[in-house]
Amino acid sequence: MTPLLEVSRLRVEFATRRGPLVAVDDISFTIAPGEVLGVVGESGAGKSLTGAAIIGLLEPPGRIAGGEIRLAGRRIDNLPPEEMRRIRGREIGAIFQDPLTSLNPLYTVGRQLVETIRVHSSLGGREAREHALQLLKEVGIPAAEQRIDQYPHQFSGGMRQRVVIALALAANPRLIIADEPTTALDVSIQAQIIALLKRLCREHGTSVMLVTHDMGVIAETADRVAVMYAGRIVEIGPVWEVVHAPQHPYTVGLMGSIPILGETRERLVQIEGAMPRLTAIPPGCPFNPRCPHVFDRCRSERPELVPAGASRAACWLHLGAERPVHA
Amino acid sequence: MSVDSVAAGASGKEAVRRPASKRRWRDSDLWWSFTRSKLTVVSAVVTAVIVVSALLAPVIAPYDPTDLSSLSLLDAMIPPAWEADGSWSHPFGTDDQGRDMLSAILYGARISLVVGAASVVLAMLLGVALGLVAGYFGGWLDTVIMRLADVQLSFPAILIALLIDGVAKTALPRDLQSSAAIAVVIGAIALSYWVHFARTVRGSTLVERGKEYVQAAYVTGVHPLAIMLRHVLPNVLGPVLVIATINLAQAILTEATLSFLGLGVPATQPSLGTLIRIGNNFLFSGEWWIAMFPGATLALLALAVNLLGDWLRDALNPKLR
Amino acid sequence: MIAFVIRRLVQSVFVMLAVAFVAFALFNYVGDPINNIVGQDTSLEDRERLRQELGLNDPFPVQFARFVGNAVRGEFGMSYQHARPVSHVILERLPATLELSFVAAALALLIGVPMGIYTGLHRHSALSQVFLTVSLIGVSLPTFLIGILLILIFAVLLGWLPSFGRGTTIAFGWWTTGLLTKEGIRALILPAVTLCLFQMTLIMRLVRAEMLEVLRTDYIKFARARGLPDRIVNFGHALKNTLVPVITITGLQLGSVIAFAVVTETVFSWPGVGLMFIQAVTAVDIPVMAAYLVLVAFFFVVINLVVDLLYYIVDPRLRIERAGAAHVG
Repeated sequence: MTPLLEVSRLRVEFATRRGPLVAVDDISFTIAPGEVLGVVGESGAGKSLTGAAIIGLLEPPGRIAGGEIRLAGRRIDNLPPEEMRRIRGREIGAIFQDPLTSLNPLYTVGRQLVETIRVHSSLGGREAREHALQLLKEVGIPAAEQRIDQYPHQFSGGMRQRVVIALALAANPRLIIADEPTTALDVSIQAQIIALLKRLCREHGTSVMLVTHDMGVIAETADRVAVMYAGRIVEIGPVWEVVHAPQHPYTVGLMGSIPILGETRERLVQIEGAMPRLTAIPPGCPFNPRCPHVFDRCRSERPELVPAGASRAACWLHLGAERPVHA
Repeated sequence: MSVDSVAAGASGKEAVRRPASKRRWRDSDLWWSFTRSKLTVVSAVVTAVIVVSALLAPVIAPYDPTDLSSLSLLDAMIPPAWEADGSWSHPFGTDDQGRDMLSAILYGARISLVVGAASVVLAMLLGVALGLVAGYFGGWLDTVIMRLADVQLSFPAILIALLIDGVAKTALPRDLQSSAAIAVVIGAIALSYWVHFARTVRGSTLVERGKEYVQAAYVTGVHPLAIMLRHVLPNVLGPVLVIATINLAQAILTEATLSFLGLGVPATQPSLGTLIRIGNNFLFSGEWWIAMFPGATLALLALAVNLLGDWLRDALNPKLR
Repeated sequence: MIAFVIRRLVQSVFVMLAVAFVAFALFNYVGDPINNIVGQDTSLEDRERLRQELGLNDPFPVQFARFVGNAVRGEFGMSYQHARPVSHVILERLPATLELSFVAAALALLIGVPMGIYTGLHRHSALSQVFLTVSLIGVSLPTFLIGILLILIFAVLLGWLPSFGRGTTIAFGWWTTGLLTKEGIRALILPAVTLCLFQMTLIMRLVRAEMLEVLRTDYIKFARARGLPDRIVNFGHALKNTLVPVITITGLQLGSVIAFAVVTETVFSWPGVGLMFIQAVTAVDIPVMAAYLVLVAFFFVVINLVVDLLYYIVDPRLRIERAGAAHVG
């Protein structure tokens, strides 16, 4: 099956007064139609920037400095702004972290929905409103007929995120980039929103790139998972494999730090140290200062993704007979 | 994670921090943003030149414009040196009394600067004190001070200064009016500019008051207000400095406006505004220089200080960059 | 909604009372009001009789109440300087100030807001840099200097426009207007431009700053992520959110048009209430000063009230929380 989204050797840089900073460094991955790809990593690892680069909304001084992004085979990273705008919403939808601030406070939710629907379709005002109403019902807004004419501040956080999901799905895009969609919500609501997102995407056959720092959400939702560290993908593979048989020392540490219900462990494992700043990424493997298995090569040569177990990992420990491959 | 955190990571320079404090200053963002902006450097130079030459007016001015006996009507209305009838003994010409304009401007700028700076300092002291009191004691005191601030903020500062100045002038006995005029102007301007200082300091005080060390101060027997002062002041130093700089330009312009209207400093000690007021009478008879040179000096000074204030605000508040 | 309006009205009344108190104190305690009325040779008995007649021996609250009562009816006594009722002097001069202020405010808004939007949306364009540079100079040049400069160029050097007075005016009852005659409009140009320049640059900078602020918000990012065209994002979503603070500050700025009218009127000898105030201060004409104080406070209170109401109309959050109802508008 041809991938829906194909990111190859993507590089995102920030122009600063002390020269360019590489925030996303040469990453490659694909998302198949209907697939949910989880992207995890600490803040600053480059997850959100990757999402912003795909949807063409990197804010200056950030820019795509290299690589290609293809959507269903069509290159989209170098499109003129107007063509890229047509892709946003219709082909690629987005959901942001904070539902409280994602909606324009001065317009009713109905107006924001109708506006989005009409931009991407030829529906008239009445039909668009019908469609908006149906979307609100679909995302589980009770009494949608009344709620459609209310303003965002009259909705609770969870309800607002449902509205945001309805907006992202308004033009039925093929891919949704969900950037920390539940982080700002109460724990009790998080599960509902994740379940809703999962159900809707399955029903519509939508692919999802789910950006989060929460392994629990990934484990529950994603088909595959990419682990990012200091702007690079250090491991990518099927979710079960990555969670239960992590191959990269960083992933091992990451999994060790999650408490698992029903399992008794001596203590949660902590990774010593902190992710390096973008200004001070060490040569070789960026994880080498914190890695328990570090050896000379890690400090001088950068590892590429190579098959490791059922996944692929960028680690010299896994340099077996096979040659490095790009995911 | 967002663009912000990346940018924050970029500007953090723990890695390159050097022990020498001079080095650190030259490495600092403040110095960097200063040297990067040519306009800011030019403004600083212009401000410095005007301030220094105004302060040194008695030394560098070719004539003493306050010495009435040295004036001669024979020298009156001489145009600037480069005009047909001009002479280099009066580079900017003379006014209707035969006063040398260059000297008058130097002395006038001195008065403008002193009145402007004094009123800003007074406004700052008043605002910081009231803000501290409002934030620390809270309750009705806070309500009264902040309501007053709100009401005053809804009136433009120049109008407040104008009214206070006008009323104070009328209220003073006639024989005191001339000698107290400068103090009245300083007071009027200070009373119209304290609000911004008070609001900033109050906000910061409220934050500090909730912190544990203030509670701890009770236990150790130190007056918490004394301790708070030590913690609040460093926090508000940046914003207060920005407000002070921007208000300095405003205060200088306010003084000039009051003096232009004839309500400011007395004619015996003419500020730039007074000089422009005098020159305004000769606009139609062709003696443009009497009003225009003091006007240009005033505009240049206000512009340079404004630019410095803008730069300081942006440099101290990275979010605005 | 009604509770909100009432609260604002009560606040306004308090502000007015406070200002009236200052005016009253000025009126009654600055100098001896009797001295201002009678001559040097009036006997002590006559003075005392006059005090009694004028109610100057009444208790303080009674006097203040009388002052407020008179002020509400627009009576501030006789002007020392003009020897006519203050209310007549003010009514005669008010149209000049209001016309000048309205024209200047309208110019400032009509030019300043579009300039602010433009410079906010096109931050790095050459035209934006030009606008910003000009605005910085505009902020740094005091109003009176701008006026003098304009007079020098357009009245003295070029001789195109008059530099003082209102030109020919036409009277409608007590209202006089210069807007209907060619001379009146020509006379209005320089003062109106002078008065509007400073406000225009302030409004422009304010709109620009708000625009930049709003363009950074999540809901604008989300609007772009939904593929809404720039036109809708910029002029629908961003502009409307910019309006909320802009209305407030613009309202306050319009208030300061009246304040700066004092300066402009002095420069151009414009026969309005501002010039009247300056002349009153110079001549220690206390009734006129007191009346001007109350009048200006009244303008400001009205402007603030209108601003609050507009705010209320634009921002649904205020509308609904304050009114406690779910469906308004």
